[in-house]
Amino acid sequence: MTSLAIDIEGLAFAWSEDRPVLDVPRLAVRRGERVFLRGPSGSGKSTLLGIVSGVLAAESGRVHVLGADLRSLSGGRRDEFRAAHIGLVFQMFNLLPYLSVIDNVLLPARFSAVRRERAQPDPVSEARRLLEELGIAMTKAPARPVAELSIGQQQRVAVARALLGRPELIIADEPTSALDSDARDGFLRLLMSECSATGAALLFVSHDTALGAHFDRHLSIAEINRAQPQLEQS
Amino acid sequence: MKPLIGLAARSLWNRRGSAALTVFAIAISVTLLVGVETVRISARESFARTISGTDLIVGARSGPINLLLYSVFRVGDATANVSLQSYQLVSRHPDVAWTIPISLGDSHRGFRVMGTTDDYFRHYRYGNRQALAFISGGPFMGERDAVIGAEVARRLGYRIGDEITIAHGIGEVSFAEHGEHPFRIAGIVAPTGTPVDRTVHVSLDAIARIHEGWQGGAHSTGATTRHPHDRDDPEDAPAEEAAQPALSGITAFLVGMRSKDRLLQMQRALNEYRAEPLTAVIPGVALQQLWQIVGVADRALFIVATFVVLAGLIGMLTSILTSLRERRREMAILRSVGARPMHVFTLLLLEAGLLALAGVVLGILAAHATLAAATPALAGRYGLFMETGGPGIYDVLLAGAVVGAAVLAGLVPAWLAYRNSLADGLTIRT
Repeated sequence: MTSLAIDIEGLAFAWSEDRPVLDVPRLAVRRGERVFLRGPSGSGKSTLLGIVSGVLAAESGRVHVLGADLRSLSGGRRDEFRAAHIGLVFQMFNLLPYLSVIDNVLLPARFSAVRRERAQPDPVSEARRLLEELGIAMTKAPARPVAELSIGQQQRVAVARALLGRPELIIADEPTSALDSDARDGFLRLLMSECSATGAALLFVSHDTALGAHFDRHLSIAEINRAQPQLEQS
Repeated sequence: MKPLIGLAARSLWNRRGSAALTVFAIAISVTLLVGVETVRISARESFARTISGTDLIVGARSGPINLLLYSVFRVGDATANVSLQSYQLVSRHPDVAWTIPISLGDSHRGFRVMGTTDDYFRHYRYGNRQALAFISGGPFMGERDAVIGAEVARRLGYRIGDEITIAHGIGEVSFAEHGEHPFRIAGIVAPTGTPVDRTVHVSLDAIARIHEGWQGGAHSTGATTRHPHDRDDPEDAPAEEAAQPALSGITAFLVGMRSKDRLLQMQRALNEYRAEPLTAVIPGVALQQLWQIVGVADRALFIVATFVVLAGLIGMLTSILTSLRERRREMAILRSVGARPMHVFTLLLLEAGLLALAGVVLGILAAHATLAAATPALAGRYGLFMETGGPGIYDVLLAGAVVGAAVLAGLVPAWLAYRNSLADGLTIRT
């Protein structure tokens, strides 16, 4: 088993020939490592996350995630791989409005047998435990609709979902930008402690440098990406 | 597939306002289609099973369909009568096995009264050559006996021994009652699913008796010439019709041949009969002609109903396509938790299928409920007996066809969502 969660070398990506978005000579994240990736909008970070999570396919270079060569996998296999091994948290609106809190958390188990099996002792119990640890009051029915939650609570539910079934890599794309500063610190603490509990690597993307202090390592997208796109191409 | 059905259902439930409208639109169109189809099929079957075993229907000169309608279906009226002389000539013909005279023109509380002989109970066949049976009682024995159909008995609550009077004319409400000649119910015919159920049968002699002194549809008060004897033995009725002074003619008669070989010959002879203008039709041929006319209308109805279903499906397509824009976020979330673009594709197909399925089930139930509720009225007014066995094979096929069409239509939004979700990936565009 490789010790690297993310292992990228000589990655290039362009939406069209004259507009290179990514040119990353080297990016490595160890398993269990918590990395802060700073980058403003338009720096190609969304594209990079798309490639790491297997939604986009790199054109050249080496993209290994958790030891798997993503470039050798088909689109369907990459989707399967993401479902099994990666938990994603977005800036906001992470939840499906028509599912209850607990059903939102259980979504990965719906699509991935790996996540279903790794959830201990069973997906529903683990979902409840995660929600409780993240401070989503379980005294109220977990079946309540997500619309009743505050944005901060919604983000924590999204974290619970990303963690369900113990994926090895958590990717969080500006998950705190919609939160006020108090909620932000609480959220970060919880995210950190849950990641250490499961031993997951965390790739945390934000333009807010003030958050960097919580992390093992800081990176700037400007340092790792030699192509400097003018606009976010996503 | 399995994780997706629940998602599709809940996503629809989340948009239940517009989803319900879509379902209703499909349901209404399916109700219409099922209604049209059931009426069509029932009408055809009901028509075809009305008369069987009769070789010829003979009436005054008119169109074959008209003759069939008034003599067998009790719809409309004869333009003229057949003379008793002609009737007796035919009934005594060596090639003829039996004849059934039919005399119409009176009614009892909206049900037609038919004067005939007890040959009717002996020879009349319906459906698959079934003879008339009795729930209780038996054929009329005398001039004051009446035999009623099952529907008459049920609707009016009559039993054996009840007394009824019949009215001149065929309206629901009649002001000219044959009150001086009451009838006693002697028998109730078992249900046949044909106009027999809605008929009050009396003897031809009774028809003659009650019309004594009636001219041109009005009662001439001075006329009291009564026939001296009540005949209790109608066995040889046809032969003795001539003895009934008041009966100038009958409306029509049915003929059974001894041998089918002579059928066409007899038909031609009757149609070319010099002494009286007659029309003789073979029931099967007339039924077919009738169906050709009715068939055009019901094919047209069927086509219209099919287009209404298409309109319902297009409405569904519109509502799903409209929802796609605001649901790109939903698709991106699903992708982030491991759904493949194919899952997104399937999700939208399922959505279309579920909407259509709900619409079809609702529509079929509504159609059958409506038909069940409307059956008595349809049977009473139009002689249409519905096959109200509830939803059947046909409905399953229809449901399959509509859901199939909906899924086909769903390919369009599914494909768009598939493409979007490939292009969007995890990025949420709004």
